[in-house]
Amino acid sequence: MVDATPRMERDIPPAEVPELELYHPKSWWTTYVFSQDAKVIAIQYSGTAVAIGLVALVLSWLMRLQLGFPGTFSFITPEAYYQFITMHGMIMVIYLLTALFLGGFGNYLIPLMVGARDMVFPYVNMLSFWIYLLAVLVLAASFFAPGGPTGAGWTLYPPQAILGGTPGGQSWGIILMLVSLILFIIGFTMGGLNYAVTVIQGRTRGMTLMRMPLTVWGIFTATVMALLAFPALFVACVMMLFDRVLGTSFFMPALVEMGEQLSYGGGSPILFQHLFWFFGHPEVYIVALPAFGIVSDLISTHARKNIFGYRMMVWAIVIIGALSFIVWAHHMYVSGMHPWFGFFFATTTLIIAVPTAIKVYNWVLTLWRGDIHLTVPMLFALAFIVTFVNGGLTGLFLGNVVVDVPLSDTMFVVAHFHMVMGVAPIMVIFGAIYHWYPKITGRMLEDWMGKFHFWVTFVGAYAIFFPMHYVGLVGVPRRYPEMGEAAFMTAPVDNLNAFISVAALVVGFAQMVFLFNLVWSLRFGKEAGPNPWRATSLEWQTPTTPPPHGNWGDERPVVYRWAYDYSVPGAPEDFIPQNDPWPDKPATRAA
Amino acid sequence: MAVALILVLVVLGSILFHILSPWWWTPIASNWGYIDDTLIITFWITGAVFSAVILFMAYCVFRFRHKEGAKAAYQPESKRLEWWLTVVTAVGVAAMLAPGLYVWSQFVTVPDDATEVEVVGQQWQWNFRLPGEDGKLGKSDNRLVTFENPLGIDPEDPAGQDDIVIEAADLHLPIDKPVKMLLRSIDVLHDFYVPEFRAKMDMVPGMVTYFWFTPTKTGTFEALCAELCGSGHAYMRGIVMVDSEEDYQAWLEGQSTFAELTDARQVGAAEGAGP
Repeated sequence: MVDATPRMERDIPPAEVPELELYHPKSWWTTYVFSQDAKVIAIQYSGTAVAIGLVALVLSWLMRLQLGFPGTFSFITPEAYYQFITMHGMIMVIYLLTALFLGGFGNYLIPLMVGARDMVFPYVNMLSFWIYLLAVLVLAASFFAPGGPTGAGWTLYPPQAILGGTPGGQSWGIILMLVSLILFIIGFTMGGLNYAVTVIQGRTRGMTLMRMPLTVWGIFTATVMALLAFPALFVACVMMLFDRVLGTSFFMPALVEMGEQLSYGGGSPILFQHLFWFFGHPEVYIVALPAFGIVSDLISTHARKNIFGYRMMVWAIVIIGALSFIVWAHHMYVSGMHPWFGFFFATTTLIIAVPTAIKVYNWVLTLWRGDIHLTVPMLFALAFIVTFVNGGLTGLFLGNVVVDVPLSDTMFVVAHFHMVMGVAPIMVIFGAIYHWYPKITGRMLEDWMGKFHFWVTFVGAYAIFFPMHYVGLVGVPRRYPEMGEAAFMTAPVDNLNAFISVAALVVGFAQMVFLFNLVWSLRFGKEAGPNPWRATSLEWQTPTTPPPHGNWGDERPVVYRWAYDYSVPGAPEDFIPQNDPWPDKPATRAA
Repeated sequence: MAVALILVLVVLGSILFHILSPWWWTPIASNWGYIDDTLIITFWITGAVFSAVILFMAYCVFRFRHKEGAKAAYQPESKRLEWWLTVVTAVGVAAMLAPGLYVWSQFVTVPDDATEVEVVGQQWQWNFRLPGEDGKLGKSDNRLVTFENPLGIDPEDPAGQDDIVIEAADLHLPIDKPVKMLLRSIDVLHDFYVPEFRAKMDMVPGMVTYFWFTPTKTGTFEALCAELCGSGHAYMRGIVMVDSEEDYQAWLEGQSTFAELTDARQVGAAEGAGP
């Protein structure tokens, strides 16, 4: 057997430099509002992301009301419907998922898990949040702007995104959307540099790269990808803003709108799509990789077993991250780009299935001969595997160029990406919150509310998105507020749509139980103690819970092993913390 | 126990829904049966993998759930098992990719005897143009679009004079003749999508995109727009009728050429301008 847990003294260099004194907050404002503590910033990021995410949740209810019961709600015009889908999509992908995984979990977990006292650039980290908040406010402002928010679809394809036939195209909607995205990317870059540099430079003694928990690997790789991918979106937004405001023609060819010749000419709408998806496809993995990492740690901890094939898991994360930069045009098989690109992008896309499948195998193999505790975090981890496998496999339909042709732009696509990058990562987010809430607050979340929340969310979300694939298979295009009569349908989809809508409302309301639990347990939850899950990684070994500014008291921990020493034969307990020198003498701690 | 049972039910429910539910694709009316075949292969492979993974997981949850005094095994990795799984996965992926790429190479190779038919999208209607007796479509440019010349056909190009222009009306196609659909837009992105034909492609202002197919069934088919094109997107519907050769010729007789339409509009305009 390969020894994946090096315990050699040589992995722990002596401390050569004295620790620097941290900037310490001196007032209430600098402690809780303009805080430079990564943990406070993480809470600020998460709170903001969840708040704007609730807006997107309500928008999804409105969309489902229209789709399930077309014609019943007269205030949902086609224009309003397009505004709902656009804002729902953009908020969920960028302002909720990206911000929560990287700004929220990244900020909270990276310093604690690598044994740092804080991010390496705390001031820039603080700025990152405030610019993110500004981006969210600008985005939210578009709901109140004349003409309302943009209804261009979350992909914002020109020319329609900036023309009058689309809601918000010739009013404030699209401008505010583009400005908000530009702000988001500026804010993210400040945070992202922090996360990457902290992982590279801020690790404590003994924390080699191959001893880091997979959570850190996932967030780190996703951050590096985001730093490379977001600039493509940034320039695309700037160029479209110029097209809209200054009359340039980056993305605008000669065209006639409603009988009137416009002064644009010579631009390329497909250029925008390439820029958008050069960002957009890595974005899928920017959301997925942190989820991969976190779920690995949840499964390992709650199955009391080391993650199976740790090194393969790390390499799979890195390989998926790299490959995801050469698959973007699989979103564009029917865009009108040269059809020969299809051969290349279909091949790269299906190759990505191999490292992804390895990750899935290793998760379920971790369960094999484990000691599985069916806690709420574990339940959500299992639900992640179900929904991720389901959504990943339908990706093999859409990635295989010729199979994509009949399915693209139908509800099948909507079902696929919701399952794989909506439901699956959100399962991980829930699992992670149930898992780390005790560290953040010192109290456990109420278990029965958690189980109720889990069952309704998992079964409900599956009931929403599994049948939706078949709506697309029937041939219903996406982005239709109503299908109406159509002779080609083998069976009417009205009942199915009504069923999906009811399921969506039920799942939505179940989230209120979760929010209530978050607030209720803060006061009435069971005392958690420092390490309620008996976990190995460093964040559970802090001298104080919740950890204060600076995390580690007088001395940073020294790491002797990987993060997965569960059920080690001969060990006194079924877990050995990373900073425990067992079976060596603890004398090395003084080194 | 309950958890394992529900995982099994998720698998069974999904399979039963797939087999028993009435929602399935519409019968095909073109030569692209290969696309349907590739889709079916993909359903089989992915369905098998989904069932295997989730049932294995359910078994683990059932068999290895926490019991008092139990301890997990300690096994960091198994190179042999991991490589074995990698190879099996790669084979499965190749089994889907190979037929997919083979069919795609047919999809992108337009037969020489395909007739060109132009579809022009605009917010929110479909227009069509057929080559006239010379078998060639005249040049076109969005800059030339006017009320009198809605498709932007170049009046200077003699090849365009006999082109048959069908504005906001039904397109007819003869059965069993391959057609190359040339796709153009005069305003925003659209996508010409007839579910029965299986093929679809975006229409992009400033360029001409295409796909080809051979209609294999006569009848009336609905054309939908499949690329978001503004607030009228869902209502941008058109009709494609596939006719027998005789019916097609009869319909063709009744259509007007670009030259005829231009003359008629000029006459109409002159009369309208009278005293």
